[in-house]
Amino acid sequence: MNAAPNKKANGKAETLLSVEAVSLSFGGVKAIRDVSFDIKKGEIRAIIGPNGAGKTSMLNVINGFYHPQEGTITYKGKTRNQMRPHVAASQGIARTFQNVALFKGMTTLDNIMSGRALRMKCNIFWQMLYYGPAKKEELEHREFVEKIIDFLEIQHIRRIPVGKLPYGLQKRVELGRALAMEPDLLLLDEPMAGMNLEEKEDMCRFVVDVSEQYGTTIALIEHDMGVVMDLADRVVVLDYGRKIADGTPKQVQNNQDVIDAYLGVSHD
Amino acid sequence: MLYRESGLFKTSYAADQVIFPIPQDRWGILAILAIAFVGVPLIMDDYWANAVFIPFLIYSLAALGLNILTGYCGQLSLGTGGFLAVGGYSSYKLMTSFPELDMLLVLGGAGATTALVGLLFGLPCLRIKGFYLVVATLAAQFFIIWLFYKVPWFYNYNATGQISVVPREALGFLVTTQRADPVVRYLFVLSIVVVFALAAKNMVRGRFGRMWMAIRDMDIAAELIGIRPYMMKLTAFAVSSFYIGVAGALIFAVWLGAAESGETYGIDESFLVLFMIIVGGLGSVLGSFLGAAFIVLMPIGLKNLLVDGFGMTAVLAKHIEITAFGVLIIFFLIVEPHGLARLWQIIKEKLRLWPYPH
Amino acid sequence: MLFVLETVISGALAGIMYSLVALGFVLIFKASGVFNFSQGVMALFAALTLVGLLSGTIPFTNTDNPALALPVWAAIPLTIFVMFIVAVLIEKFILRHLVNQEHIILFMAMVGLTYVFEGVGDMMWGSDVKVLDLGLPQGAWDWLFDTHDLYVEKIEMVAAATAAVLVTVLAVFFQKTRIGRALRAVADDHQAALSVGISLRNIWIIVWSAAGIVALAAGVMWGAKSGVQFSLSLIALKALPVLILGGFTSIPGAIVGGLIIGIGEKLVEVFSGELIAAAFAGLIEIDPGVFSATENWFAYVLALFFLMFRPQGLFGEKIIERV
Repeated sequence: MNAAPNKKANGKAETLLSVEAVSLSFGGVKAIRDVSFDIKKGEIRAIIGPNGAGKTSMLNVINGFYHPQEGTITYKGKTRNQMRPHVAASQGIARTFQNVALFKGMTTLDNIMSGRALRMKCNIFWQMLYYGPAKKEELEHREFVEKIIDFLEIQHIRRIPVGKLPYGLQKRVELGRALAMEPDLLLLDEPMAGMNLEEKEDMCRFVVDVSEQYGTTIALIEHDMGVVMDLADRVVVLDYGRKIADGTPKQVQNNQDVIDAYLGVSHD
Repeated sequence: MLYRESGLFKTSYAADQVIFPIPQDRWGILAILAIAFVGVPLIMDDYWANAVFIPFLIYSLAALGLNILTGYCGQLSLGTGGFLAVGGYSSYKLMTSFPELDMLLVLGGAGATTALVGLLFGLPCLRIKGFYLVVATLAAQFFIIWLFYKVPWFYNYNATGQISVVPREALGFLVTTQRADPVVRYLFVLSIVVVFALAAKNMVRGRFGRMWMAIRDMDIAAELIGIRPYMMKLTAFAVSSFYIGVAGALIFAVWLGAAESGETYGIDESFLVLFMIIVGGLGSVLGSFLGAAFIVLMPIGLKNLLVDGFGMTAVLAKHIEITAFGVLIIFFLIVEPHGLARLWQIIKEKLRLWPYPH
Repeated sequence: MLFVLETVISGALAGIMYSLVALGFVLIFKASGVFNFSQGVMALFAALTLVGLLSGTIPFTNTDNPALALPVWAAIPLTIFVMFIVAVLIEKFILRHLVNQEHIILFMAMVGLTYVFEGVGDMMWGSDVKVLDLGLPQGAWDWLFDTHDLYVEKIEMVAAATAAVLVTVLAVFFQKTRIGRALRAVADDHQAALSVGISLRNIWIIVWSAAGIVALAAGVMWGAKSGVQFSLSLIALKALPVLILGGFTSIPGAIVGGLIIGIGEKLVEVFSGELIAAAFAGLIEIDPGVFSATENWFAYVLALFFLMFRPQGLFGEKIIERV
């Protein structure tokens, strides 16, 4: 994790990713219609909206899992409209999921270590010997991963298969796995869903710390408006696949369209 | 409190990452190796070698191979018999084409050939998943067996259609044919299996093991953290086939001395090795050995008990054996999907706390 | 040309037999997502039971008592009853304990079940080859032979007719009846089905019984043609590529897949050797005899190529992945 200085978005910061006029549909169903927004370096960007607004689909588009029919995505100055997920990963996009997508049969340690996959290069013959470069590499990365484990305060569950952990801890391990990738852009899909108040507070603290200590750019989907107001620098609001508002939490909060969307005013 | 880890403090990550972090385990494994290399040869004769120890070791190797593919990488295969056959037949071709070749090189060549064939039949895994892949491996099984049966080049145009082993040495010791000393044959197989088991353990506890397991547990998430599922599945196919190929060569060259594609390497072998890893433990190196021991020894035990003990006919005993296999598979899948290896782990957990209940 | 036609017809009829086994697979897969690997052995088991009842075999003793021999009209319902009991046992001892397990685990459990069927079947009824005589017509169909010079066996025509009837009945059952709709609901979503009060257990017992009856039909056809013996269960493996072609959830798919495989493998078996030898004539000498017994692998290799281009099968639904 490069210790970049924390620069809160103030309109002048460099744009890390911009989504331009993206549309995505499955068969006849339009999940995203003509959405554009950008994410600036170092900021925490929230994506909010009612259920089925296309938030998760948006993240899936950004990290290459879905390919939009129209529109382009510019990331780190390069424009694309398609890429494979592992390519997105290798360019520094990490991701957590709405329904925890951990490797259930593996321990916490192995899960987070697997986040280092892209940075470990040792070939299979050294691996068979577990000696020399293989061992050295393994230890280096172990040290890095232990830092993340300390950071997330999950030392005690290092050796436990994640399938056996409670939901809140699983979410934390998943964040750890994403952090292990040393991402430039971290996508968090409802990191606090299904948590109790205490767990939520912990998670908020981790998100803020990640942003401040490592300068990682974060895009998160969240339903808890309180959380969004506290964390986010800027918010984009989706409804029925369309962008209905974009701005600081304050601006968005007072936007009539947003209020209507959340209160369920009819659309015609 | 004979077996415990409290009071053990590790001061480096290196110390934490050794295979057996607990001293008792290290002593245990050394004792087992000492018995295997020194004790067992003292009682070795042709019967023990051919009926128990050599098949046990060879099947352990095959089970290790399949476990890498199925247990660790999550790709179910019913082509094990076919891949064993590739190992067997390629070792035969190597032995007869290059009489000077050391058996170790023959085995390496057989393994490499099988790895290539495994890669070839693994290619469809780009598009297909789960038990759809079973069809690809079944295609491998039946096509390979057919090929070795139909194309005379593979069995050097023998009138019998069989392949029979020729005397060959490994590092100066005669290891093939009946003239070879059973102790030498046993030690030869044992050494190979120990080396391969160690290599397997090293792979699965490191980077490759993690990537394989990631694909097994959730391939989509694996791809999103930068693992390329296709490459890793193919790697698993190649490594697994290498192991199985060496096992197939050993079955032909060191254990049976002769082979015929459909008879020796039929679809039943595929099921047998699959049963070993289910009973022993999916995704466990130790489990491969336990499963192989169980599946090799159970028929012998049953036969002794039912035929010699209760005076049943051999046919009836065979039927009971088949039923018992089926029941055991279902039993293990329901009760303990991680097999005997998991049971052993539970015993160790208990021992760690013993004599206190918590 | 006549010879080609004859080959196609005999292939199509063999294909119908595969379809019969594949039908049982589809039924169970549709309703429970379980890939019933043991369907082929179930057919063997059903046929063995029928033969045993017809000849008065006392189970587990391997002796016949002609006094206990049942007439056909009693033996068939009794065999169906036995298959029902089997379905109840499978639900009670296996399926119930494996709810919501991964496909791969269920698949392996079914491999285990295959061995149980095989062992128990042999122990109950003996493992020798049995003759099944239900008075089904044997020999060539004279009319076709006389008028068109075609050789077609009557038993194969009966099998085709049986398959047609079964498919019709099953299609009506799935589309029109209350139980059929419940079955489709279960197939779509186990949890949702449970929450609207559909009993999974009863559903499973019904499907497995239905699959048992289909297995009996398949077993009878194969048995009447080539004797009731272990090789019958190997058809189960052939049904796998049939399903790949047809799609795992499609009843018409099972039929079409069976036909393609049946015809394809007969054509390859009969003609490939000479064609390939002719194609390479002058380049290398190829013995056409090498290309015999291709039936052993043709179906799988065909399915494999097919999978590369259309993984969901001819009639299956497209698979959409989600995170």
